[in-house]
Amino acid sequence: MGWRGFLLLAGLIFAPALPAGADAFVPPDARAETFGDADRGAGFWTQCKGCHEIGAGARIRIGPPLSGLFGRRAGAVAGFAYSKSMARMGADGLTWNWGTLDAYVENPKALVSGTRMAYRGLKDPQDRADLIAFLRSHSDRPQDIPEAAPTARRLELDLPADLLALQGDPAWGEYLAAECQTCHRRDGSDQGIPSITQWPVEDFVIAMHAYKRKLRPHPVMQMMAGRLSDEEIAALAAYFATSGE
Amino acid sequence: MQMKRRDFLGSAAAGTVILAAPMVRAQGKPRVVVIGGGAGGATCARYLAKDSQGALDVVLIEPAEVYHTCFFSNLYLGGFRDFDSLAHRYDRLAADYGITLVRDRAVAVDRAARQVTTAGGETLAYDRLVIAPGIDFKEGALPGWTLADAEVMPHAYKGGAQVQLLRAQIEAMPEGGTFAMIAPPNPYRCPPGPYERISMVAHLLTQVNPTAKILVFDPKENFSKQGLFEEGWETHYPGMITRIGPDMGGTALEVRPATMEVVADGVVEKVDVCNVIPPQMAGAIAQIAGVTEGDWAPVHPADMRARLDEAVFVLGDASAQGDMPKSAFSANSQAKVAAMVIRAELTGSRAFPAKYSNTCWSLIAPEDGVKVGASYEPTAEKIASVESFISQTGEDAALRRTTYEESLGWYAGITADIFG
Ligand SMILES: Cc1cc2nc3c(=O)[nH]c(=O)nc-3n(C[C@H](O)[C@H](O)[C@H](O)COP(=O)(O)OP(=O)(O)OC[C@H]3O[C@@H](n4cnc5c(N)ncnc54)[C@H](O)[C@@H]3O)c2cc1C
Repeated sequence: MGWRGFLLLAGLIFAPALPAGADAFVPPDARAETFGDADRGAGFWTQCKGCHEIGAGARIRIGPPLSGLFGRRAGAVAGFAYSKSMARMGADGLTWNWGTLDAYVENPKALVSGTRMAYRGLKDPQDRADLIAFLRSHSDRPQDIPEAAPTARRLELDLPADLLALQGDPAWGEYLAAECQTCHRRDGSDQGIPSITQWPVEDFVIAMHAYKRKLRPHPVMQMMAGRLSDEEIAALAAYFATSGE
Repeated sequence: MQMKRRDFLGSAAAGTVILAAPMVRAQGKPRVVVIGGGAGGATCARYLAKDSQGALDVVLIEPAEVYHTCFFSNLYLGGFRDFDSLAHRYDRLAADYGITLVRDRAVAVDRAARQVTTAGGETLAYDRLVIAPGIDFKEGALPGWTLADAEVMPHAYKGGAQVQLLRAQIEAMPEGGTFAMIAPPNPYRCPPGPYERISMVAHLLTQVNPTAKILVFDPKENFSKQGLFEEGWETHYPGMITRIGPDMGGTALEVRPATMEVVADGVVEKVDVCNVIPPQMAGAIAQIAGVTEGDWAPVHPADMRARLDEAVFVLGDASAQGDMPKSAFSANSQAKVAAMVIRAELTGSRAFPAKYSNTCWSLIAPEDGVKVGASYEPTAEKIASVESFISQTGEDAALRRTTYEESLGWYAGITADIFG
């Protein structure tokens, strides 16, 4: 389910009791899913811990320590003797993240030909995701270091027909616009941040898609537009075309 | 896909209070009481009142007449803003949006009876309660320091007079003196905040006391925008700033306000100014209301509803929601989601999927601005980071200037969005 729960909930006023022995708690509105299950992944760590340490105070053993691995350049732990191959990959820019770790854990030699890591690889994608989630839990937390690697992937939710019918809906646009108005002034003034009120619908839509496709350069706007569906952009355009107090 | 009833009853997991029809109050309108008129609470009150157009009775409880933003208070320390530019009043929330202001402190919450009591003895019934009290400091968590010592060793981490005190102390430092900061352990409000402050103090000292030194005692291995700050310190303030991390004694700390000393790993350092940013927890009223677990109040990721009570929402710094940093931007973003959901529940208005985001700008030196940001989505367990970006080291001056100008625009935008 998604936000539709709220629509229903908003429409109905009733006071049902939670049935005894109801199914396990299912929270409403998951719009993303975590990459893997770190607890399950801890089980696979036994395959690594013969050579690697992780956690507070982890030291170099046969392999480098894996605390703080996310966002680290390959071959970057000072004092560890890397293979030439790994050192070169690091110099060329290989950085550890969900994607590169997934490839490396699946088949180390496919990513770094001359790696000294004697590991046959983990073939099952879910097993890998869980192991990497375990590794992720020993790297920076985004609430402390906002730029740290993400912990979840956005779900591609099918927009249901009833919402699609709302295309260009200014009321929806008004809700979405609240996020824009953290920076862009509601009254259309443009100190430091451009005005976006009273834009022709078409210009607005074209500009947002240009950010979404990263043709326009601004990182905040690329991120904001990148997460908007076509329908959301249409709703925003409809709202901003007429807004401006 | 067919929606299952338990899907939206889910947040009633505790099974006690259920989304009942709003109680009818004397004046016949459902009432939302908001505790705390900061980035989270004032935004939420404003959106509730603005969007419900009179259908909700919105009450904002806040003891202060004027809110001084913590955000941009570092720029005041650096001499880039005057103090008055940080001040915001609540007048427009009352006059333009019809919010009832209660100039008092909430001291008790009876969740069973759904009512809040203020220090002045007023009792306010609610259909939904929003708790947004920001942070409090953990008494006794830093050996040698209690809140009473803040007049000698200021925290300057809640805005207002404390920030003025810190600035006055810096200006009064002897020539070539030492400014020390005790940086906080995670989690704390505004991850880059202490380091932006170091940059601004360094800038001020370069003007008024160029031989002064800055010591940062830090219990953390690393911190947000570290590469950017260190690059900037090297460029703009060479040799002035030394950071003492956990390997050098940053974890075994004690302060002695009486003698102006910092003790790190047994080594005593005499300093002239000591900015203590203590370990933090949710504002006391969240604990009093009984919606916390440990130091913070856990909330449902889809709507910021307290995990321990259906009828209560916790916003901003006080909440434990997952991956969002404790920032004004986050609190403001969370407030709009909660306002939308509360309004839908109480007035039958439409509800939409949650959208959360955050961007934090920092100023390193004049016109040298950097930023970090991310977007977030609710998963089943938490609000999770799904994408992030950060300014790069080595950016040219023009880009840094644009980033700084953007931050000025953001400040104007968000304060208008919070206070009307
Ligand atoms: C130096 C510094 C720099 C910062 N820079 C930035 C930045 O650049 N960008 C950014 O996004 N964030 C920044 N922040 C963080 C930001 O200030 C906070 O995260 C934000 O204010 C949190 O909002 P809040 O609503 O949770 O709490 P607050 O804004 O602190 O508001 C809480 C309010 O509740 C009131 N209150 C408390 N208890 C009660 C009670 N019992 N009854 C009634 N009222 C009560 C308080 O008086 C206060 O007004 C910075 C913080 C600091 C310290």
